[in-house]
Amino acid sequence: MLRNTNKHYRFDWITILIFLVLVGFGWLNILSASQTGDAIHYFDTAQPYGKQLVFIVLTFGIIITLLALDTKFYERFSSVIYIVSMLSLVGLFLFGKNVNGATSWYGIGGFTIQPSEFAKAATALAVAKFVSDLNTDINRLKDQLQTFTIIALPAFLVLLQNDTGSTIVYAAFIFVLYREGLSQIYLYTGLFVVIIAVLALKFGALVVASGVSVLILIFYYFNRKKVTLLQTLGIITFGCVLAFGIKFFYESILKPHQQDRISLWLRLEKDPEKLEQMKRTFAYNLNESEKAISSGGFLGRGFLEGTRTTGKFVPEQHTDYIFSTVGEEWGFLGSGIVVLLFVLLILRILHLAELQKTQFSRVYGYCVAAIIFIHFLINIGMVMGLIPTIGIPLPMFSYGGSGLWAFTILLFIFIKLDSNRINEW
Amino acid sequence: MRQLLLFLLVILTGVTFIGRLFYLQIYKGTSNSLYEDNALRKVWNYPKRGFVYDRNGALLVGNQPSYDVMVIPREVDSFNVEEFCNLLKISKATYQKKLQRAKRYSTRLASPFVPQLSKEDYAVLQEKMRKYKGFYIQKRPLRKYQTTIGANVLGDIGEVNNRDIKRDPYYQLGDLKGKQGVEASYEAILRGRKGIKLIQKDRFNRDIGPYKEGKYDTLPEQGKDITITIDAKLQAYGELLMENKRGGVIAIEPATGEILAMVAAPTYDPNILIGRERSKNFTKLYNDSIAKPLFNRSLQGVYEPGSPFKLMNALIGLQEGVITKDDKVTCYAGYKYGNRFMKCHCYRGRRNDLTSGIQESCNAYFATTYRKILDKNGNASEGIDTWSKHAKSFGLGSFLNNDLFVGQKGRIPDRAYYQHIYPKTFYSTYTISNAIGQGEVATTPIQLANMTAGIANRGFYYTPHIIKSIQNDTIPRFFTTPKYTTIDRPHFEPVIEGMHRVYTNGTAKFLQVKGIDICGKTGTVENFAIIDSVRTQLTDHSIFVAFAPKDDPKIAIAVFVENGYWGSRFAGKVASLMIEKHIRGHITRTDLEEWLLKHSLENEYAKPYSGKPFAINGRTQLQIVEEQEYYKLKQRLKNLNTVVN
Repeated sequence: MLRNTNKHYRFDWITILIFLVLVGFGWLNILSASQTGDAIHYFDTAQPYGKQLVFIVLTFGIIITLLALDTKFYERFSSVIYIVSMLSLVGLFLFGKNVNGATSWYGIGGFTIQPSEFAKAATALAVAKFVSDLNTDINRLKDQLQTFTIIALPAFLVLLQNDTGSTIVYAAFIFVLYREGLSQIYLYTGLFVVIIAVLALKFGALVVASGVSVLILIFYYFNRKKVTLLQTLGIITFGCVLAFGIKFFYESILKPHQQDRISLWLRLEKDPEKLEQMKRTFAYNLNESEKAISSGGFLGRGFLEGTRTTGKFVPEQHTDYIFSTVGEEWGFLGSGIVVLLFVLLILRILHLAELQKTQFSRVYGYCVAAIIFIHFLINIGMVMGLIPTIGIPLPMFSYGGSGLWAFTILLFIFIKLDSNRINEW
Repeated sequence: MRQLLLFLLVILTGVTFIGRLFYLQIYKGTSNSLYEDNALRKVWNYPKRGFVYDRNGALLVGNQPSYDVMVIPREVDSFNVEEFCNLLKISKATYQKKLQRAKRYSTRLASPFVPQLSKEDYAVLQEKMRKYKGFYIQKRPLRKYQTTIGANVLGDIGEVNNRDIKRDPYYQLGDLKGKQGVEASYEAILRGRKGIKLIQKDRFNRDIGPYKEGKYDTLPEQGKDITITIDAKLQAYGELLMENKRGGVIAIEPATGEILAMVAAPTYDPNILIGRERSKNFTKLYNDSIAKPLFNRSLQGVYEPGSPFKLMNALIGLQEGVITKDDKVTCYAGYKYGNRFMKCHCYRGRRNDLTSGIQESCNAYFATTYRKILDKNGNASEGIDTWSKHAKSFGLGSFLNNDLFVGQKGRIPDRAYYQHIYPKTFYSTYTISNAIGQGEVATTPIQLANMTAGIANRGFYYTPHIIKSIQNDTIPRFFTTPKYTTIDRPHFEPVIEGMHRVYTNGTAKFLQVKGIDICGKTGTVENFAIIDSVRTQLTDHSIFVAFAPKDDPKIAIAVFVENGYWGSRFAGKVASLMIEKHIRGHITRTDLEEWLLKHSLENEYAKPYSGKPFAINGRTQLQIVEEQEYYKLKQRLKNLNTVVN
């Protein structure tokens, strides 16, 4: 019966509920982090919390629009959306506005728009469209290259705009492609690269190169029948080049502030004077954010009671460092719940994605989950000092209209796609 | 399988994050207390410290403002350093040193540069302060003593040390706290409660306004004024009389237990322990290990009481029924026990009853009495416990539970005390010295004064205390309930009669004051010091206890003068004069007064340190004070009435 009507939608209310809770709770924390101590006027657009409230209200318009559009619209127009999005990124080079060293914004009146946020959703649509095409075989090199190009193009464009954080987000697509059958070799290579890179930086390129070579030779010795010598030597060469290449990359290509972040994270810096200097400059942010979280204790200091939040001890607290406000004011209980909500949201999306009957919806669902996951991992990991400082926002939480709307679009396109599941064959 | 990778990664990340949160917030979690939060600036608001008045309402201790020059190093600008140094009366090198120290503490926060300026320096500096960027003047309340007397009574305040802070978290570094005397024992009442203002700071350590609109701020609670039982005029008089002597004088009002005067000699001017000079002067007093001016002899000086303790033995003997007031004992110019002999200054063959025994202070009479008490049941072990119990009921051998900051327990021995020396046999003769207040008995002047008050009251006393009233508060009930001794009232009369006869015909007959019936008892106590590891006898201590008038006691007094020789020579004179001063208000026995002012014992105190052999007691000569000093003392005597108020 139902499948004949094509008019019945079943929205996943669990996802919507988690989304709303995160947005609402996020706003409370923005309010706390940006309030000035004067009386609070909720729609005061001179204050971040006021602006954000306007954004949130407008979000509902976006949601309704997204859900009203026909399901087929997204699949059919994905290429157009992608091209428009890429053009908007290119346009930044001409009309972009520079904020904090990154040329990522268009200034329109008093507001700014960050197209790179929306590009994530556009790329997800394009990837879903391309991968789900019947003619695409993800294990064919040509198709792989095409897919990678779709992903790499926006990543490269935002990198040029000095927005390294957003570039890293595009790594999320590797999970999607893997799910869709991409050879494991890519995953292993990626893991190999990360491990070699960390080890090479920590212990020196020569040590790691020789250590890895010896290990691979031993592996070859016991598996002579399965692997050829040539393959082995190839891997060894790759490992050695990688080890030295990373060192070179770190020392010559990375900018000093990026070097410092990594060096702090890996505890590379031994010179106490340099360390002191780091503590006073960028490590200060991390230090203060950890202190703010620590001072929360189990129950936290309570809403609007956090002294470090009120004293603006953590710079950028209402944007990238919003989680430290949660930590201080809502304690272990509140921040634990936020972490759990994110985990639940991502798992729920993954679960729904697996249930999709069309490959397009499934791939898109995976993209949504992977992108949110990367943001969640990097942002909270950074605020708690587990990951080197990379400036990307916490989805639904951080202050910023572009970010909020981009994630709303990203998520609600999927909710719309999912709602149509029962109508699909 | 491929579906699981991201799924598991998400869960792993969630678990890692919660683990990290647990580590940061619960395992490593810092204190949640507002007072320890370094994102808040705590501004303490100090209350006025309570005033101290004497029993007649004269202000003894008030407050005065003091001015500290503070510096915020990073705001210091170039100016004429030389001129500034001259104004502050410091050298340029000191200036640099102080500035360096302040920088080391913090470049952004204020630290004291020159504390406690005098009013004159402040007046000059204040007008020019605006020229010296980075420096400012902060006002702080300080104590102001209106008198030069009673250093040992009033005490002083000083900065808290780390131990104080640990013991009572109320205090912060730099807070002032009573260190001695009344300031210390009534600290909680006098200090009030400081208020706090919490100010939110930002990350540059700048104030950005009151925290939570002052929700957690408190107002300071003013310290309460107190009135103490000391009579400032009597106290001043006592201190003057004890000039150039060492010892303690305690006068108590028997009907209330209020301490009228508490003299410890030598003493010092309490004003030297305030302001910039405090630390220097305190160290000087503290390091004077010979005269020990910080040692409150009237409370802490533990001495063998000597003959005044005979009164105690007489009372116990009567109470235990081993003597009656008419029983007579023959004195053989001493008392023979076993093959030993205790000397006495009675003539050979004199027959003393109780009254004349006290009047003449007959050693033989009290040795006999003591033995009778101990041997009452044929068992000296039991006897000494009974004896000890009676003596302790007068507050001897205990701290008395009073409100004085320092004290000593003294000692009234019992059988358990002697257990180590005499484990098996124990006879009354072993401890016969206790009969005349020597041997193992030890008391402080305040205990002796209290005992005298007990006798004056005929059987009870009030715990001696120094608090008379507290503003808007009552004094502890403990001080207003009588403590009864174990001696029945009728037994006191013959003893008091004996004490009266001491004045009329006995050892103090030259100290009589016409018109006042004084009852007293002299004491002369042998004492020893170890000099170059040889036990050497020093000139006897002079002791006197007295109360007056006989029938309606207004004052009970104990006087102790170190190395003053016999009882009526120094101590008795002080006691008579203090009694007359208290009861009559003016002195008729000016001859005694003059004698005391004129004579000094400093030469006596110098002897043990001279390194040469010296003579004691009868073979010494009294030191006459120098003309200039005598004139000064006379001047002080004349001004006495204007010293207070």
